[in-house]
Amino acid sequence: MGIRSVMLPAAIAATLCAGGVARAEGLTVGFSQIGSESGWRAAETTVTRQEAKKNGDTVKIADAQQKQENQIKAIRSFIAQGVDGIFLAPVVATGWTQVLTEAKDAKIPVILLDRDIDPADKALYLTAVTSDSVHEGQVAGDWLVKAVGSKPCNVVEIEGTVGASVAANRKKGFDDAVAKDPNIKIIRSETGDFTRSQGKQVMESFIKSVGGKNICAVYAHNDDMMIGAIQAMKEAGLKPGQDILTVSVDSVPDMFKAMMAHEANATVELTPDMAGPAFQALNAYKKSGTVPPKWIETKSTLHTSQDSDLQQIYDEKKNLGY
Amino acid sequence: MSRLPVIVTTIVFLLGFAVCGLHFRHFASTRVVADLLTDNAYLGVLAVGMTFVIISGGIDLSVGAVLGFTTVFLALAIGPWGIPAPLAFVLVLALSAGFGAAMGALIQYLDMPPFIVTLAGLFLARGGAFLLSTQSIPVNSPVYAALVGFRLHIPSGGQIPLITMVMLLVFVVCGVLLHFTRFGANVYALGGSRSSATLMGIPVARTTIRVYMLSSLLAGLSGIIFSLYTSSGYSLSGVGNELDAIAAVVIGGTLLSGGVGTLFGSFVGVMIEGLIQTYITFDGNLSSWWAKIVTGALLFAFIAFQQILSGGVLSSLRRTSAPA
Repeated sequence: MGIRSVMLPAAIAATLCAGGVARAEGLTVGFSQIGSESGWRAAETTVTRQEAKKNGDTVKIADAQQKQENQIKAIRSFIAQGVDGIFLAPVVATGWTQVLTEAKDAKIPVILLDRDIDPADKALYLTAVTSDSVHEGQVAGDWLVKAVGSKPCNVVEIEGTVGASVAANRKKGFDDAVAKDPNIKIIRSETGDFTRSQGKQVMESFIKSVGGKNICAVYAHNDDMMIGAIQAMKEAGLKPGQDILTVSVDSVPDMFKAMMAHEANATVELTPDMAGPAFQALNAYKKSGTVPPKWIETKSTLHTSQDSDLQQIYDEKKNLGY
Repeated sequence: MSRLPVIVTTIVFLLGFAVCGLHFRHFASTRVVADLLTDNAYLGVLAVGMTFVIISGGIDLSVGAVLGFTTVFLALAIGPWGIPAPLAFVLVLALSAGFGAAMGALIQYLDMPPFIVTLAGLFLARGGAFLLSTQSIPVNSPVYAALVGFRLHIPSGGQIPLITMVMLLVFVVCGVLLHFTRFGANVYALGGSRSSATLMGIPVARTTIRVYMLSSLLAGLSGIIFSLYTSSGYSLSGVGNELDAIAAVVIGGTLLSGGVGTLFGSFVGVMIEGLIQTYITFDGNLSSWWAKIVTGALLFAFIAFQQILSGGVLSSLRRTSAPA
């Protein structure tokens, strides 16, 4: 941080001397956020603020309270303010053409965060920064294949909300990855609705119906359900993380606590840092006109109980608002 | 005396705008003013209907749901059902007017409280919207593109699209209807006192039904505006907008007990609500929930102010001190 704060003015001075058109101040960005309905989204907002501060940029955040009209209003007033860029986490996929055209006419680049839209014209936004939820499932599956080795392994799967695209994608990615290994069999799969209590109930029913000894690993579509499942395993006298391997997606702070207690094995991160790559793309576009690809995929990092930086990541994450 | 609330509201709005203009660069521009009108066009049209209803002594809680239903109906009608857009507009307006007339008839002939009848209407319309579709449906029609694209450019960046013109026209036409016609006079009489209106030979039944019909018709029109605003239909659109409309009407100086109020006041009320939201986005660091808190505070202040003005406080003091 110390080095950065010295380097930033130095870099600015350098570009100014070089006769560039760089501003003495950073960019001003308007961020139309959906709301604060989940811990992850609150973390996304916090990280956006942090990233702006880090880059010396200013971010104006408008919470839309889950309403599209509020997002459109916010984008309009960002245009009126003449911001340098607009970040949009769209609440629905449709209905953006008009207001994004206005942004385009005002020559303000728009970057989509964490969700895509359904426009007739892809030229209406600069790029979309989202995660690939199929890939998240794949990373989880690949980890399990490696962890199991040549032993036969019966897996139970706790799925997300039925019909949610994230759930379907995380299932597909995982199922495809473990299908390559004949040792691994998915013996049960049920929905836990993305909640802790449902995850616990589903795991209890798995343990009752197949017996705890016959389960070698659990895959849950999110960490919350896994934390419920860990509770169920402990109550049944099993040792999660040792008797039964666990892998899930999201990387919420509580999962790091569980991994540090050796009650969980692995989690794939859905990063709340969508703004970081967005700021990078915007800065590059503004300074040198570099047009980013239409889709910037965020990294799906794997964290396991073997990692040495668990405490550090937990400390970073616990204040983000999860 | 009855003009005073409107004057106060207008002064509050102008002061607020001046403060924002001094506080933020780019605020005092034609673009911000035009956006204020455009972004609140659907709310303005809802507020017009609500003004009639509240002046007549009633309330209409169904308008936000009718708006939501309209957007879904239009998206499906113009898309998968293949109905031409103008015909779909006529259909949906007829449907909503009929819906309002039915609510008015229930209120009149079964002597049921408007609150309950229109609450049932809210559930019915919102439920109907969900029954049609829970997805957000895009409208890709050349007619829509043309209607959305039609706009007046005013100097220094402002734009007045069709929906804004419609909203302003609705205020003018309904202003004439409320303030210069027999129907309008009947609406005021109804809100002043139902029983004396009956004694005076005012067609109470017909006026009541027409008031709710007008409110729903305008809610349908507001739905068309919203549908053009987003070029899509979504069953969750307009949730809670009935309350925003009621707040705008009351801030605009209309008495919730009926009989007193103006359309101009409601217009300024809508603009004040929009101004608060714009202030918050310009600031960029305030929680957007402050909009609700400030609106609530204003609402409370205006109701208290009207209560004092209308002598409600004085007369109730007199009543308590009078011998039993």
